[in-house]
This record gives sequence, C-alpha cells and structure tokens, in this order.
Amino acid sequence: METILNKLRKAAPAAALLLTVAAGTALQGCQKTNGNDATGATASALSSDAASQVYVAPGKHDELYSFLSGGFNGQVSVYGLPSGRLLKIIPVFSQHAENGYGYSEESKAMLQTSHGFVPWDDLHHPKLSRSKGMTDGRWLFVNGNNTPRVARIDLTTFETVEIMELPNSAGNHCSPYPTNNNEYVIAGTRFSVPLDMKGGTGDVSLDSYKDTFRGSISFIKVDQEKGDMDLDFQILVPGFDYDLANGGKGPSEDWVFFTTYNSEKAGTLKEVGASQNDKDYLAAVNWKLAAKYAKEGKAREMPANYYHNKMDKGTHTAKSTVKKKVRYLLPEDCPGLMYLLPAPKSPHGIDVDPSGEFMVVSGKLASAIPVFSFSKMQEAIKNKQFDGEKNGIPVLKYESVLAAEVKEPGLGPLHTEFDGKGNAYTSMFVSSEIVKWKLKDFKVVDRIPVYYSVGHLMIPGGDTKEPYGKYLVAMNKITKDRYLPTGPELAHAAQLIDISGEKMKLLLDFPTVAEPHYAQAIKADLVAPKSVKFHKLDENKHAYVAKKESDASVTRQGNVVRVKMTAIRSHMTPDNIEGVQVGDTVYFHVTNLEQDWDVPHGFAIMGANNAETLIMPGATQTLKWVPKKAGVFPFYCTDFCSALHQEMQGYLRVSPKGSNVPISFSTGKKKAASVALK
Amino acid sequence: MKTSSRVLMVVAALSLGLLFLFPMWKIYLKAPQYPEGLEMHIWVNKISGNTESSLQNFNILNHYIGMEPIHAESFKELTIMPYLVIGFIVTGVLVAFIGRRRLVLAWSALLMLGGAVGLLDFYLWLEKFGTNLSPTAPIKVPGMTYVPPLLGSKTLLNFDALSLPGWGSLGVFLAVVISLLIYFLTPKMAKPQEILRPKPTLV
Repeated sequence: METILNKLRKAAPAAALLLTVAAGTALQGCQKTNGNDATGATASALSSDAASQVYVAPGKHDELYSFLSGGFNGQVSVYGLPSGRLLKIIPVFSQHAENGYGYSEESKAMLQTSHGFVPWDDLHHPKLSRSKGMTDGRWLFVNGNNTPRVARIDLTTFETVEIMELPNSAGNHCSPYPTNNNEYVIAGTRFSVPLDMKGGTGDVSLDSYKDTFRGSISFIKVDQEKGDMDLDFQILVPGFDYDLANGGKGPSEDWVFFTTYNSEKAGTLKEVGASQNDKDYLAAVNWKLAAKYAKEGKAREMPANYYHNKMDKGTHTAKSTVKKKVRYLLPEDCPGLMYLLPAPKSPHGIDVDPSGEFMVVSGKLASAIPVFSFSKMQEAIKNKQFDGEKNGIPVLKYESVLAAEVKEPGLGPLHTEFDGKGNAYTSMFVSSEIVKWKLKDFKVVDRIPVYYSVGHLMIPGGDTKEPYGKYLVAMNKITKDRYLPTGPELAHAAQLIDISGEKMKLLLDFPTVAEPHYAQAIKADLVAPKSVKFHKLDENKHAYVAKKESDASVTRQGNVVRVKMTAIRSHMTPDNIEGVQVGDTVYFHVTNLEQDWDVPHGFAIMGANNAETLIMPGATQTLKWVPKKAGVFPFYCTDFCSALHQEMQGYLRVSPKGSNVPISFSTGKKKAASVALK
Repeated sequence: MKTSSRVLMVVAALSLGLLFLFPMWKIYLKAPQYPEGLEMHIWVNKISGNTESSLQNFNILNHYIGMEPIHAESFKELTIMPYLVIGFIVTGVLVAFIGRRRLVLAWSALLMLGGAVGLLDFYLWLEKFGTNLSPTAPIKVPGMTYVPPLLGSKTLLNFDALSLPGWGSLGVFLAVVISLLIYFLTPKMAKPQEILRPKPTLV
C-alpha cells in the first residue's frame, strides 16, 4: 500500500504538469503553490548561472561532440555540448537530398540489401569505437532496426563508410555493442523469426511461434586498423524478444549482456502476451568463449544472402558484396557460453557500471531496479546455483546473482548511466524524471523532472570505464510546451543537466531531429584534430575523375553520354554541352578541383528525378539524368562558393532522338567536336 | 689570411645553402573568410605555400581580379638562380682556400649586387602581376592595382597582405656580413708595418 502511495506522490508533479497545460489558467492558480506550472517548473529547476555554463562564445568550440541517433529519420545528428548547437546531420540509412547520399551513383550501393534498395531505416543506437574500454574517436557504429543493418561512420570525415546487412535477424534493436577493444561489434535481434536455415524465414503458421521462432546474436569482427566489418558468426538463441545490449568492463569484459522480454514466447498481442511472466531474462554471453568456440570448429555453416556495402576512400565510390553463407553456434552445444539471469518484468535497459561489477537492469514495468553482481554471477555459475534451464541454457537463481534492488526509484525505469563518482542515473519514462542513486548503498539521493517522457539518457562516456561526469543529456520523447508550437508535431526535446554537484541542475533545452533513442559523446580533442578538411585530388582514383580542366570531356557510348566535368570557383568545365538526345542516359561525373576547406560545389540540372550532388573538395560524384524532352536545360552549382557563385552555371542542349547534332562541349572558347568523338 | 678567417669564409659561403632549406620571401594574406591565412613562399628554385594547395588557392582568389595564375614555370629566374647560388657557394669556398682579402671583398660585393638585382627582379614581378590584369576580369575596381608590398604590409581590397623575408634570406645576409667582417678584420698582410703617428699633443 505504501509503495502505491509513494508512486502516486512521485507521479503527482508530472501528472499535475500535464493537467495544468491542458486546463489553462484556472488550474495554474492552485498549482502555483507547488511552483509547478508549466513555466514555473522550468524556472524553479533552472539554476541562475545556467546560461553561463552552456554559453560558448562565438568562434569558440564546444567541449564535446555528441552523436544523437535520429530514430526514424535514419540519420545521426551531431551536436556540440554544452551549447546544444547542431553541427551536422550524417545520413546513414536514409537518402539525403541535401548532399545526394543514396541518390548519387557512388552512394546508391550503400543502401542495397537483400530486399533491394532500402532508402530508410530506424536508427536507434550510436556507439563509439573503443580502445581499452574507452572511446577512441575513430568510428561510430549505429544500427538499422527495421531492415537489420549495422553501419560504420568514419569520424575523420563524418561520413557513413560501411553498411552491413545482418542475416537471420529481424528488428536489429539490441545493437550495436562494441567490445572494449573493438574486437567485435555485437548485434542482437529484437524479433524472433522462424529461421529457415537458408538465410531467410520460413513460410510457417504464425501459431507455431513457440516451436519455430528463434533469435540471433551476430558477432561482427572489426579490422583493428581500418575498421572494416566482417560477420564472423552468429549465436542462435531462444525465441524471445531481445531488447538492449551492453558489455562488461574490467573483470566482466569478456561478457556481453542482453535484456529479453517475451519469455512467454507470445506471438500475438504482445502488449498482454509478453507481460505475463513476473520475470524475464538478462542473457549473459561470454563473447570471448563464443569466439573461441567458433574458431575451434564448433560453428556450423548455413546458406545466407546478405549485403555488405563499403565506401572506398580512393574512388569515393561504394561497392556491394553479396555474402552467401554464415557460421553459427548453438548455445546448447557450447557449455559456459550463455546463462540466463531472471530479471523482473520486461527489462529494457542493461547498463554495466564503470567498475564492471554491477549490471543494472531497468524493468520498464517493474517497481524496483535489480542490480546484479558480476562476481556473484561467477560464484553462482561455479556453484551451479541454477533454477532449471531454457532451451539448454542454464537459468541462474535470482537471489544468487542479485546485489540489491533499488527500491521505489520512480515509474517506468528505462536506462541507467554512470558518472564515475559512484552514482547511477536512471531515466523514468512514466514519471518523467531522472533519478540519481548511489552504487554504494543503492539508495535514491536526488531526482529532477524532465519535459516529458524521457527515453534514453546519456552521460559522456557514461558507458565506459571513465565517464566524463559533468553533464547528462536527457532525450525526451514528448515536447509539449518547450518551444514555439509548430503544429501537431514538435521537435523532441533534449535537456542538458549539470551533474557535477550533489544536486542535478537543469542547464539547457535543445530541439533534436526526429526521435533520438540514444547518444554518445566524446571530448572534442579526441576527434577534432583528425578531421579531414578536404580530399586530396592527387589521391582521387574515381573511374571518371577529371583532375584538371583539360581532362573534361563528353563522350557517347550508344545511348549513354558521360560528362566528365570539373568545378572550381566559379565555373564548370564544360559549361556548354550539345549533342545529347532525348532518352539518353547522361552521367555527370563532377570533380571538385578545390583543395580548400569548406568549399564544396553542388551540381543540379533542371528536371532531374533524383537530387543534387554535393561534391566535397577533391572528390568526384555522379548524377544520373535521363532527359525526357528536347530543349535547353540549365545546370548550376547549388552550394554558395564565392561572389560569382550565381554565375557558376551552364547549359545542356537536348535534341530529339536520332538527331544529327554532334556531341560538342566547351567552356569559353569552343573545342572541336572531334575531340569528343572517340 | 689566418685559418680562422678561412674557416669563417667557408661558413659564409655555406650559409647560402639556407636558400635551399628555407624560402627567401613569404607573402601572407589574411581576410575575414581566411582566418587561418594564406601564405605564398618564394624559394630560390620554386614557389610554394604553407600547405600543398596554397598556391592553387592564391590563384583561385587572384582570378577574380584578372591576375595571371602564378606557377613556378612562369619564372625563368627560378631555373637560373639555383646555379647562381651554387656558383657563389663554390667561389666562396675557393676564396677561402686562396685566402686573399681582396677576393673576399669582391665576392661580398658581387653577392650584394646579386641580392640587389634579385630584389629588383622580385619587385618587377610583383609590379607586373599586380598591374597586368585581364581586361575581362570579373572584379574591376577603378584605379585599383594589386601589387603586394615588397616589404611590410598593405591592404588589398579585403585582404591584408604582409611581405617579409624568409629564413633563406638570412643565408644571404649572413654571407654578406661574415665576408665583410673577414675583410675588415683581417690585417693587410702584404703591406709594411704602419708607422705610428705621434699623438697629437696639447699645446
């Protein structure tokens, strides 16, 4: 009874807040006694020197880069902290008309999958690459949830350089988790599916869920130097839903943990069906042992069909490779590989503290937060303190692995991060707050409201051995009244909270792009000095590069016309093109000759059915265009490049099919047509 | 000449080698949109910049005002000068071996003359590039020329141009100073001892 009262008490401010917004001024009067009206809440929670703490003077740089997943826009947005300034949007799984990603001939291959061209995904979790358990600022790994994929972003260029599809996976949610030295990036499936053991799913009755559905955990090997990914093997796991993943550190660094729900194996109305068991599981996998088993020949092989797409640095061109098989392990064949820890109810977040001893599991429907002890888990395994088994996987006794439960933390715990000073911070979705508690005695010591319905929270380095315990970013799922209204849909709010002192202090609100699920942040000086300013033209190995204006050409091969064009402030070569016919496939291979920072050139032509291309200095990009009618078509540079940017344009003449206008091209003085006709 | 002077003379000759290690002259450009600045480095045998692509960026900027592109190939001097410098180094070492005071002076004078001619040539090039502008230039400011300063700073439209000798020039400076010191400090060997004049006395 008391706990229910407590819950109500805690939920009251949030509930009152929503009520207030809805009910208007009349209700505000009575709420003001709590200082809890919509604006009052902000004012009271905001410390007086908040502005100066987030102020980054013009021309000065932020302390940290933060990478927020875009959720359903398939992108990553890069923000500076503490200012909350948006620095860049990196397209990963989505076509991006702004720079032609996914539209240009070079980048189309990045979005190829076994389902064909998939120009969208739901990007949930960014994870920075690691060395010795610390983020090293080399790459960012992200997951595509819908059409299971894992991508790698190169942090020298802030561009997506690799995307790999995952076979035998559906809803790649608990992903990607990089081990402490980037040995592996590990990805688990959210949906279990009926694997046909040929790389696809079986045509089976949905009633057969319990018997035919399985999940998979993929182990992607990472090249230590280049970062290139390779699917080493998979573990086929029981048919639960796998939610989130996190890895150990220090003593537990050989282990990776996955939260599961739907241990009921319900195949319909999961809302109810998957919420029946009082306890689901935390799956603990010894990844080092798994790698050993796979190496020692325990792995079996099955046919598969998945795409691996890589962007080549030299040619600026992506290539797809189709992989035809995959190795897999079965936990029942591999003793010691996997254990299940009972965790109350529908666990969501799993977070391991900086010491590597505590595994904090947030059961989104549970009333307490269980904290598991790694050393106790080791003991329990040694002493075989099992509570039966599931699909041949030992289930450990709850009490034997539990360090403690954090009591009455709030409503709807989702995720926990750590400040490196012995404190844990858990986001509470239902009661819209961040709760601070001590790892020493598992007691709640502070709480701060957030606006509204926080999902993930992030402390820079909060999932590493040494968190940068100065800030916390709360990523809220609902915004309501934080910014000027923009119709039914509002920008999701992120809130920056100062966690350097005893009490949490709200510093800043900033809008985000789409719905961020998770974020990572890293000290700027680990990334900024390595930032590439331009690509070296000398190193451009694109098949259709024109390294100088005299290399520019227009050539016809059948009904394909290739234009090798150069762009430099402030003209394109050639800028007069004739001899193109209706129905030709025209490829504009545009090379940006600039060798200067921040001087991209764009290329767009009237009526193109895709997008522009935005060509970075020293790179070559290709726009495909099929003219449908005769006439003269202007093309131009889209990215303001100089005082004469507006004049950076040209004309292309399209004649009817079969016309006898010869191919010719020029810039300024006309060149002989014969040059083009090889 | 004493051995020490001969050694010094070799040093003077070899210090010209700095011309091959460092630029002779540097022109710095700064503008609001170029906070990091742009540098052109003029060497005895080439033209470069503080980065690989500085020269290209100089030329991109210059093309707006109709200035001819600057390339090492446009300067014959850059193919001749290295031989001249090597010539000075070789003759300087020879002078050290011969050990004649007069030769030291002659070498020094020739070097100064060479330096002066070089500076004049440099000035004429700046003048030529800065005033010989294309009549079809996109940006034409009435009465404006774009001659960078030979030494010191000057404002050219939105750019602050600063021109200073580089470490290579120090080689020439050292060669001249050392050789002159040798000349003035070395006693004239061939001449008979000077007669001491009586001190003027107060009457």
